Amino acid sequence: MKRFLSIAVASAMVAAALTGCGGGASDSTAPAEGTENGSTAPAEGDSAAAADGAVFKIGGIGPVTGAAAIYGQAVKNAAQLAVDEINAAGGINGVPIEFNFQDDEHDAEKAVNAYNTLKDWDMQVLLGTVTSTPCTAVVEKTHEDNMFHLTPSGSAVESIQYDNAFRVCFSDPNQGTASAQYIGENGLATKVAVIYNSSDVYSSGIYQTFAAEAGNQGLEIVSAEAFTADSNTDFSVQLQKAKDAGAELVFLPIYYTEASIILGQADKMGYKPQFFGCDGLDGLLTVEDFDTALAEGVMLLTPFAADAEDELTQNFVKAYQDAFGDVPNQFAADAYDGIYAIKAAIEKAGVTPDMSASDICDALKVSMTEISIDGLTGLGMTWGADGEPNKEPKAVKITNGAYAAM
Amino acid sequence: MSLLSYLINGISLGSVYAIIALGYTMVYGIAKMLNFAHGDVIMVGGYVVFIMTSGMGLPPVLAVLVSMLVCTVLGMVIERVAYKPLRMAASPLAVLITAIGVSYLLQNLALLLFGANTKSFKSVVTIPPLVLAEGQLTISGETIVTIIACIVIMAGLTLFIKKTRAGQAMLAVSEDKGAAQLMGINVNGTIALTFAIGSALAAVAGVLLCSTYPSLSPYTGAMPGIKAFVAAVFGGIGSIPGAMIGGILLGIIEILGKAYISSQMADAIVFAVLIVVLLVKPTGILGKEIQEKV
Amino acid sequence: MKKMNPTTKYNMITYAVVIVAYILVAALGAAGHISSLMEGLLVPLCIYVILAVSLNLVVGILGELSLGHAGFMCVGAFAGSFFSMCTKEAMPGGLRFFLALVIGAVTAALFGILIGIPVLRLRGDYLAIVTLAFGEIIKNLMNVLYIGRDESGFHFSMKDSVALGLSPEGKTILNGPQGITGTPHDASFTIGVLLILLTLFIILNLIHSRDGRAIMAIRDNLIAAESVGIHVTRYKLMAFTLSASLAGVAGVLYAHNLSTLTALPKNFGYNMSIMILVFVVLGGIGNIRGSVISAVVLTLLPELLRGLSDYRMLIYAVVLIAMMLFNWSPKAVEFRERYSWKRLLHLPSGSGQSTGK
Repeated sequence: MKRFLSIAVASAMVAAALTGCGGGASDSTAPAEGTENGSTAPAEGDSAAAADGAVFKIGGIGPVTGAAAIYGQAVKNAAQLAVDEINAAGGINGVPIEFNFQDDEHDAEKAVNAYNTLKDWDMQVLLGTVTSTPCTAVVEKTHEDNMFHLTPSGSAVESIQYDNAFRVCFSDPNQGTASAQYIGENGLATKVAVIYNSSDVYSSGIYQTFAAEAGNQGLEIVSAEAFTADSNTDFSVQLQKAKDAGAELVFLPIYYTEASIILGQADKMGYKPQFFGCDGLDGLLTVEDFDTALAEGVMLLTPFAADAEDELTQNFVKAYQDAFGDVPNQFAADAYDGIYAIKAAIEKAGVTPDMSASDICDALKVSMTEISIDGLTGLGMTWGADGEPNKEPKAVKITNGAYAAM
Repeated sequence: MSLLSYLINGISLGSVYAIIALGYTMVYGIAKMLNFAHGDVIMVGGYVVFIMTSGMGLPPVLAVLVSMLVCTVLGMVIERVAYKPLRMAASPLAVLITAIGVSYLLQNLALLLFGANTKSFKSVVTIPPLVLAEGQLTISGETIVTIIACIVIMAGLTLFIKKTRAGQAMLAVSEDKGAAQLMGINVNGTIALTFAIGSALAAVAGVLLCSTYPSLSPYTGAMPGIKAFVAAVFGGIGSIPGAMIGGILLGIIEILGKAYISSQMADAIVFAVLIVVLLVKPTGILGKEIQEKV
Repeated sequence: MKKMNPTTKYNMITYAVVIVAYILVAALGAAGHISSLMEGLLVPLCIYVILAVSLNLVVGILGELSLGHAGFMCVGAFAGSFFSMCTKEAMPGGLRFFLALVIGAVTAALFGILIGIPVLRLRGDYLAIVTLAFGEIIKNLMNVLYIGRDESGFHFSMKDSVALGLSPEGKTILNGPQGITGTPHDASFTIGVLLILLTLFIILNLIHSRDGRAIMAIRDNLIAAESVGIHVTRYKLMAFTLSASLAGVAGVLYAHNLSTLTALPKNFGYNMSIMILVFVVLGGIGNIRGSVISAVVLTLLPELLRGLSDYRMLIYAVVLIAMMLFNWSPKAVEFRERYSWKRLLHLPSGSGQSTGK
């Protein structure tokens, strides 16, 4: 009996799936053909307000559930914010944007599913994915389909290995090298300890290039200790080893959630080295109820600081807080810039929403290298044909609970 | 000196595992089920205290009591709705899978209610750290409180089971449900009581976990939950002193493994030791040998 | 059909379900009526079906709870992917993928024997926790392994890629936590379905063979089985290893479906092992066809719920609990018996197979 019911349920679901997709497939051809006479307005879209009903369909992918949800939600929120702003100001060349964000749970397979869902929705441009491993899997698909792909924060080298892919953040090797150079050139320390997440692509990627460059800068890595996603609550051993090895500076190429615990534990141990991190550390000061005194003196290379004085950042932070209640982190800033970069590239190339995703991609991958935007994560950002952004990392130091430029 | 300091850190981590394992092992002993949602009840306990102390500014002691109350009710509701209907199911695995479903449910509910952002948990412990050997060794207040709490809970549970009627009933139910029922014991009531106590302990564990490692997110409970499960098996699942011993040993092994073998392979080392222990003593350190009859 | 032996009939229906589903999907695909999402899901569906069916061999037929199935999948995935990366230029796609599948299966089987020998001495929840431990160890080891190749051969390291000491022309193939990138996309729905049929064929034949009956005798009563002269360790190991090697095949399929392969908690951790166990238990322990169906349903469910955006995983959890209660609670079983279709239509009940409890 059970079997019978299961089969019934299953076949009902499969049928639903197939018809659902069937519907999606027939939808998918409609707007592309029908935009000229404006007969088919997209079903969901309060933003589809333009006279002819055409919209640019931008898709987003990132983890909004699961352990990496914090990053995906930031991207989702900030991108939506940018889209709403652009639409309120009349859209791109008068055409509004429709934004659809899909969950990938920080898993490569789910990310491909999310991408296919967006394709069924007729996505024209992809902003994603948020994390590196899923991004590397998705870029393979966007390359096959010739879909324009801009990742806000996928930092692994392979994440943008094709010519249709660009990124807003720095690459991992770039950050590792830049950090070693900064420490070396400014004579911050000679004995360096590293604590990194060996189960994470971002963290281990930065560590490897940092280690490679450290020698050139006259830095001695006296201790390099790892932790994993499964044991990220206790860091006493890693800190003790750094302390015993006499490290003057501890390099933390990790995210701020773990860093907040590390700083607390170092303080309890009475260990006070110079802490130095990358853009992952941004957000440290905004952890709810975090004792910012612990972060006093921490240095980080980051393209974005939520309490920067410039008008753009302040407006963004205020709007984000009003809408979502949190202070935005670096992921949010990357996503916000990403949407504006797509807007600038579309305007430069003069593409129209009735073009196919592939034609849009061909146009955008040229225009992307020609634009220059002043964003939250850098002034005068430009992109090379390899997809890497050209912008200056800002070194900041936390003093009195706030970032100060160095 | 560094070995001593590693040992202290190990005990500190282990005492947190131990306090979670106590709740785990107790529920297992009586209901004979792996309650995968236990770790997530811990997370709920943490959030309740966080909201009450940080959001409403209430004193920590009151917050902990409220949190225990909330978790007790939550534990009983979960038991009634999700586990009890399956108690007589054809396979004991059915309730295991439902427990996993409950675990997903609690995590995603917390994600929707509290957001994904990590919160920094203000320690509820105000005892100053114990400084030994001219500042070379420090034992934090949280560790002291956790160990004391562990011992008190262990002693309390042992007394409760040995000396009270309800405790005796629990023992009887864990031995043989059918026979206990024939003796006039309210089996359903006893199991509900077990979940109530286990969940109240989860609240205490949640507070101490978050006080020692001050970060709170919807997934905070998941990994410590699994580690505590390992600790409970290590010590002999179902045995209350075993949970404490297993937890502390696990903490020490994890820290020493990281310190002297490889920090990248800390997880592998912990699990490898577990396997070796179980191969030598198949029912854990203090587990009872069960003779199989034909 | 009347004269057909009920076992053969059951098996034929199971194969038929898979083949009909394949033809249906292939026809829809050819007619262009299939969405990109469904198209992308086809290979993962095959992977999960193979995993669920192979785990059912251990959980349902052998009667032991294994929480380390994802570990074997991980071994197979990395072995197969590593092979494909080494022979990417040297071999045509079809042959290479076939060999990769064989290598993945063999490597996973070796791990199955290696782990099975000590583990199968334990019983019940202790066995479960030790398999979980092995799964986690495998995942952890994959994250610290670095392998590179240059003209002087292979280089190994457990530290980092710099320690490999590769010459400038050398290439890191397995880069620790960054895993293997660039595995050729050899998996396809047709191959996946063929592998499902192969898996079903192996397992269904095993169940109804002399060996299979011996395995089930061990499940039902170990001491009795031993006393009639069944070599318990041998049969346990046989089922466990076979299950591991099939999981390895699923792993190879997984690795050749995505261009990136990393051992994250999400894809090869205990969470995945538990997920596969959920398929098995929901579909009915020991019920092979049930495993196929529940793997398909539970893989599609979260994708079909995408429209609910933020509430997606919450609803998924609720549906999972509800399905478990409906399928397993004695009250619900009684209710279903009373109002079952067959009974209402006055048909004799109890057809099909009653394998395991």
